[in-house]
Amino acid sequence: MIAAVVLPLMAALGIAAAGQRSPNIREAVTLFAAACLIAVVWVFLPEIMNGQSPRLQLAEMVPGIALAFRLEPLGLIFAMLASLLWLINSIYSIGYMRANREPRQTQFYISFAIALSATMGIAFADNLLTLFLFYEILTLSTYPLVSHKGDKNTIASARVYLGILLFTSIGLFLPAIIWTYQTAGTITFAENGVLAGHLSGVELGILLGLFVLGIGKAAVMPVHRWLPAAMVAPTPVSALLHAVAVVKAGVFSITKIVVYIFGLDQLANNDAATFFLSLAAFTIVVGSIIALRQTNLKRLLAYSTIAQLSYIVMAALILHPIAGVGAALHMVAHGFGKISLFFAAGAIYTASKKTELHQLKGIGRRMPWTMTAFTIGALSMIGLPPTGGFVSKWYVLGGALAAENLVAVTAIILSTLLNAAYFLPILHAAWLQEADAPETENHGEAPLPIVLATVTTAALTIAFFFYQGPVLDLASQMMGISASE
Amino acid sequence: MELLGLYNYWVFAILLMVGFYAVIAKSNLIKKLLGLSIFQSAVFLLYITMDKVEGGTAPIIQKGATDQIFSNPLPQVLILTAIVVGISTTALGMAIIVRINEAYGTIEEKELQDQNRDP
Amino acid sequence: MTLTDHLPALQVLVPLLTAPLVLLLHVRGLPRLAAIAASLTAFAIAVSLTGIVQTQGSASYEMGSWPAPYGIQLSISPFSTLLLLIVTGSSSLALLAGQDKLRMGPQGEPLFYAAWLLALAGLSGIVVAGDAFNIFVFMEIASLASYVLIAGGVDRRALLAVFKYLVMGTTGATFYLIGIGLIYMMTGTLDLADMETRIADVGELRPILVAAGFVTVGLALKAALFPLHVWLPNTYTYAPHMVTMFLAACSTKVALYVLLRFDFLVFQQNLTAHAVQFSIFLIPLAVFAILVASGVAIGERNIKRMLAYSSISQIGYVLLGASLVSVMGLTAGIVHMFNHALAKGALFLAVACLATRIETVRIENIRGIAKDMPLTMMAFVIAGLSLIGVPGTAGFVSKWYLIGAALDYGALGIVLVAVILVSSLMAVIYIWRFVEAAYFSDRQVPLTASGEAPLSLLAVTWVAVLANIYFGLSSQLPVSLASQAAETLLEHLP
Repeated sequence: MIAAVVLPLMAALGIAAAGQRSPNIREAVTLFAAACLIAVVWVFLPEIMNGQSPRLQLAEMVPGIALAFRLEPLGLIFAMLASLLWLINSIYSIGYMRANREPRQTQFYISFAIALSATMGIAFADNLLTLFLFYEILTLSTYPLVSHKGDKNTIASARVYLGILLFTSIGLFLPAIIWTYQTAGTITFAENGVLAGHLSGVELGILLGLFVLGIGKAAVMPVHRWLPAAMVAPTPVSALLHAVAVVKAGVFSITKIVVYIFGLDQLANNDAATFFLSLAAFTIVVGSIIALRQTNLKRLLAYSTIAQLSYIVMAALILHPIAGVGAALHMVAHGFGKISLFFAAGAIYTASKKTELHQLKGIGRRMPWTMTAFTIGALSMIGLPPTGGFVSKWYVLGGALAAENLVAVTAIILSTLLNAAYFLPILHAAWLQEADAPETENHGEAPLPIVLATVTTAALTIAFFFYQGPVLDLASQMMGISASE
Repeated sequence: MELLGLYNYWVFAILLMVGFYAVIAKSNLIKKLLGLSIFQSAVFLLYITMDKVEGGTAPIIQKGATDQIFSNPLPQVLILTAIVVGISTTALGMAIIVRINEAYGTIEEKELQDQNRDP
Repeated sequence: MTLTDHLPALQVLVPLLTAPLVLLLHVRGLPRLAAIAASLTAFAIAVSLTGIVQTQGSASYEMGSWPAPYGIQLSISPFSTLLLLIVTGSSSLALLAGQDKLRMGPQGEPLFYAAWLLALAGLSGIVVAGDAFNIFVFMEIASLASYVLIAGGVDRRALLAVFKYLVMGTTGATFYLIGIGLIYMMTGTLDLADMETRIADVGELRPILVAAGFVTVGLALKAALFPLHVWLPNTYTYAPHMVTMFLAACSTKVALYVLLRFDFLVFQQNLTAHAVQFSIFLIPLAVFAILVASGVAIGERNIKRMLAYSSISQIGYVLLGASLVSVMGLTAGIVHMFNHALAKGALFLAVACLATRIETVRIENIRGIAKDMPLTMMAFVIAGLSLIGVPGTAGFVSKWYLIGAALDYGALGIVLVAVILVSSLMAVIYIWRFVEAAYFSDRQVPLTASGEAPLSLLAVTWVAVLANIYFGLSSQLPVSLASQAAETLLEHLP
């Protein structure tokens, strides 16, 4: 377990050492570490499937609160997803960074590796404080990534990013942790939660609010502003933020807290859960509507992410086992889908420097592979078969129906329509329309590593429709139901 | 009468305030330091006063005398140490003032402040 | 008696006696080596005393075998060993780290290091002393020696800063002297333990109340308690870097240590509602210290001055913990003394590293410096995180306790928690400004020399940084000492 956290850190050191000499060695180190990480994480799979839950305590920060890791199904899903996407993203980064001749590449890869290390820490955290520690490391290590370009505009946006994440985490998340500790006497994740019998009614609601809004990375409105701001980053970073680590860390944390700190039963009788569920539903719909009005491709994707994240938060707050499984599945499905979209957007930028929607007319013919991947990603966002997004939405919807939660059902249906409304015109333009004017420069596909990575993730999106395999099993195990239900 | 009987303490309090006033109000560094010295001396007086026992003599055992009354020697010893500390402080303060004069060419607080405005 | 029994006395005597010897060493470099040797010996003594205290509990030592209250007593408790570790540890690290440029040039070296050892002896003396007057004497030894050290700074403004410090420090010490004079008048004893019992007979008399006021204010001056802190920023800014590191880590804390001992051991159980008055008087001051000083720090452009203001706000934390008058609160305050010493020491060391390559440590000059000095800036960042109180660093442990203690305090506690969190965010801002300048902007001012700081300096800086992480992950030692100390202090609370 410790290997999973340390490995990327070692990679960061290796990258720092190699970066002075040769970019080739530096990138080889990154890829090698990413491959090793996958191996390390996936080795745990059989053990967890057997229902074991190994725990490892590193140190005791304050008596009673340890720096400790524990493997459990949800964390493993997250770790598996992140490690897999790190490898693909690294391949993509190499193509992207080289093709666009970005400066300070060594710093880029180092920060990336540290961010991954923090992600692993979040995935395996055994208590809230360990989670919080790695959560903060993740925030700090992604700051240089977001501000990578280094001009004034970028720094200003990066400050918004850092500011919102730090302020929400220290101002809301940390007090929530302390409050939990004060009332329950423990902050270790446990099945059925630790708050049973300690808090109820309004207090429980306020605490839930502190958690949901304090974990700014989940981008529930009104703390979503950092996500569009972070769009100034290079595309691989956007992919990291949206699909691999950052926002996933947010929704992962919320899901984990709802399940293992509050406990589903505890929240079931509380109005606050309904309130925050409505807030998430509101975020879904409003995020989708704002996405509809965007003219910049990456900003559109950013708002789409805000909406999709709230799916997961909402699914967790439906407080029904099937919806919980849906939350876990959606984490993966959205990861695959959104990363394909971002990769495609980055590929378009690399090949043609196009960033606006109206420029995309007819681009499908010039970049068929990229746009195919984009199409698959978009279908997954909408939730159409044969993509992973369909499966996860199916579960969430199933959970919502089983729980007879009308708000959730309405939000899902409404957002599906809205998603279709903003993605389909792009697809239509890309495939069926002619370019406005004959273009002077003749561009084709992006460099090979970029296309390769993009197509891989798109393939994964489709594969996830047919085979959810271990993810479904793990998620079911987490919710305490058998996979066949 | 009772108030007058405590006149040593009055002197202590007045000296203390005189010294403290000089420390705060004077802008010449030497005068400040003088004030500080007066301030400290006042405390010496407090200690000397408290050890006095009515009719007491110096605490020296004399041959043959049995029912002598001594003043308490301890505060005197203490204050001897405090006087040494006071002298060191004054000396060090003087030395620093000399250095300040070398570096700035003045020991008036206002002029020093003017010279120190951040460029 | 074996050598071990004499350790409390040796703690003071080793640096005290080495000081005059250092004066005789006129070979260049030698005075510093002698000072290092003495300081490391003192550190070793402090470590072994900690070991003794942990196994046997508190110990006392009678000078010349004269029993207390007639003789002079040195006392060793968990609280004092924690302070001894801070004092001797920071002195050793600062000495090992390197040599500063001095106003008096190389021939001033023997004098400078003699003064250093006297300061060390004085500070350790305050900590081990068991009687009130010895505390005064040691306090003055430490202060006089540190005036000399600070005046060694190359910048001429150091002289003005030190004069201000001298006037305010002496005033504080004299106030303290008046206070113990009044207590002596009423009780006839100077031994703290003896005073504690005898004061019970005279507790409610006015002189004792006045004495409590004088002692508290005098020590508050020495501890740079808001609003008596005005001497501190310039002193820290213009002193030689190593002196800043040494004094910032321990001098104000030692004064706080004496303050806590007086208020809790001597006055607490003898004055009616002293605990309540203590809280009412000090909580607002602590809150102001935390918020105002953090606010000023945000606007500072000189790193050392920014850190100095941050120190004032951190003193506020220690005081806040103490003024909650609970075991948890005192533990928090005392642990924070230790952790803040670690964080601030590491930060000032990192600043010293920077200062080897730039003219003045201002924000304009450090732009883009992370490229040239990656290790230094990394150290600065980690120590800064510790100052902010991010989990995994030492600073977090004390904040955790402090917040816990504040929550136990009742309704007002929520406000205090808010204050702590707000000031943590302010700390994020004032540290981050410099980090951002160093990492994410381009150089505008050329370096005076290229490359990283000298290896010895860098190594010591990283030792301090790693200590921050170590005590952040395993806080057992300081926390156990601090909680024992807190229990001792509150033992007699009615």
